[in-house]
Amino acid sequence: MNVIDLTPLDLALAAVLVLALAAASAWLRLGLGRQLVVSGIRTTVQLLLVGLLLKVVFDADRLLWVALMAGVMLAVAGREVMRRQQRRFAGPWGYALGTVSMFISAFSVTVLALVAVVGTRPWWEPQYAIPLLGMMLGNTMNGVALALDRLTAAAWERRDVIEARLALGETPARATAGMRRDAVRVGLTPIINAMAAAGIISLPGMMTGQILAGAPPWTAVKYQVLIMFMIAGGTGFATLAAVALGARRLFDARERLRLERLHAA
Amino acid sequence: MPVLTLQALTVHGVGPVDLTVAAGEVAGLTGPSGAGKSLLLRAVADLVPHGGEALLDGVPASAMPAHRWRAQVGWLPAESPWWHDTVGAHFAPCPGVDFTVLGLPAAAGDWQVSRLSTGEKQRLALLRLLCRGPVALLLDEPTSGLDAAATRRVEHHVRGYLTARRAPVIWVSHDQAQLARVADAIYILEGGTLAPLSRPGHRSAREGTNRP
Repeated sequence: MNVIDLTPLDLALAAVLVLALAAASAWLRLGLGRQLVVSGIRTTVQLLLVGLLLKVVFDADRLLWVALMAGVMLAVAGREVMRRQQRRFAGPWGYALGTVSMFISAFSVTVLALVAVVGTRPWWEPQYAIPLLGMMLGNTMNGVALALDRLTAAAWERRDVIEARLALGETPARATAGMRRDAVRVGLTPIINAMAAAGIISLPGMMTGQILAGAPPWTAVKYQVLIMFMIAGGTGFATLAAVALGARRLFDARERLRLERLHAA
Repeated sequence: MPVLTLQALTVHGVGPVDLTVAAGEVAGLTGPSGAGKSLLLRAVADLVPHGGEALLDGVPASAMPAHRWRAQVGWLPAESPWWHDTVGAHFAPCPGVDFTVLGLPAAAGDWQVSRLSTGEKQRLALLRLLCRGPVALLLDEPTSGLDAAATRRVEHHVRGYLTARRAPVIWVSHDQAQLARVADAIYILEGGTLAPLSRPGHRSAREGTNRP
């Protein structure tokens, strides 16, 4: 593979772009200069740290390290899902709902892909397991956050409708069927759009990266297709699980709508 | 012969309320705004957490899944929401419902929900509830948006329903003249306590006062 490595000077040149943009922002009084610089620094520091960490984990080549890193990634993704909701479930549920859904779905899909599709040996080979899981979690997180946000917002706005339907003798499942469908649809729309646009409107980032790194386009394309399908499955099942769990949690054992379980962010 | 009984029902500072409504009888419920009349009905329908028990024919709500209980004690909220596009879609469980009994056109089922007036919504909500055949009724200001003629129509229709089904009814209203027309006993809810206001006598004695 003929990869041209980048020197710090190369990256510094690229950073000039961000600095120039920040200067332009200051000149136009957009108030984005500071944010741009801080975000630029964060990107550099965070990615450098991850690079270091990945090097350590790859060198150590032990299941425990891979599992530990996966756990940290999941924990951060779970926090992010919670943070992105206008009205979130109070208490430990607020965190557990998204995290558990992502754990069930993203982890099983990644393990399935590693064992049955890629066939790495050992199956947890960090060079494959961690990037795949990272991409899975990043996308699953989006879907779950969007779906849960839509579900809780709909329940809040249409609480009178839910109660009226309960009053007519409908079960919570029936009274919220439309809202749950909407929530799942919102969670799945990004990946459906991404699959439809892939290659025509956008060249997916992973594939582009592999090609830049010298992989034959054909190999890169096959990995990208694998990733797309994994993301679709992972996001879809995580979203279904999160919406099902969330919709249950909106009601108590006596099938009453309990909106006081939601807290405004 | 369904009898509706409330046993030491408490909800958010209201109660404990004890009340028995016999089959085919109307318990009128009045009281100042904010006294908790609507809240009490919601508690009877088991839509809010509450203390005590509501029983139908001696069977407590807690003995059955909540949706079965609610299908039996039909609660009509003061403002009824609509969720499908057309009126008819809300009447899916009861095809062939007759809209004319409350003075609405027979084709009301084709109406768009977004174009309904307050009074139309109120009457349609009552029909939507009654067509599902609840055993008891919890009516929260069922005629607040109606003119005198439509109000009488609703009163007449509810009376027909409870006579035919022997349904016990709790009827919340600010209009004491209305309660005097429809109720067998009137209660006032004030300061969290339910007290009898009057006993206007048995309904048969009042039939003549139907049209003043």
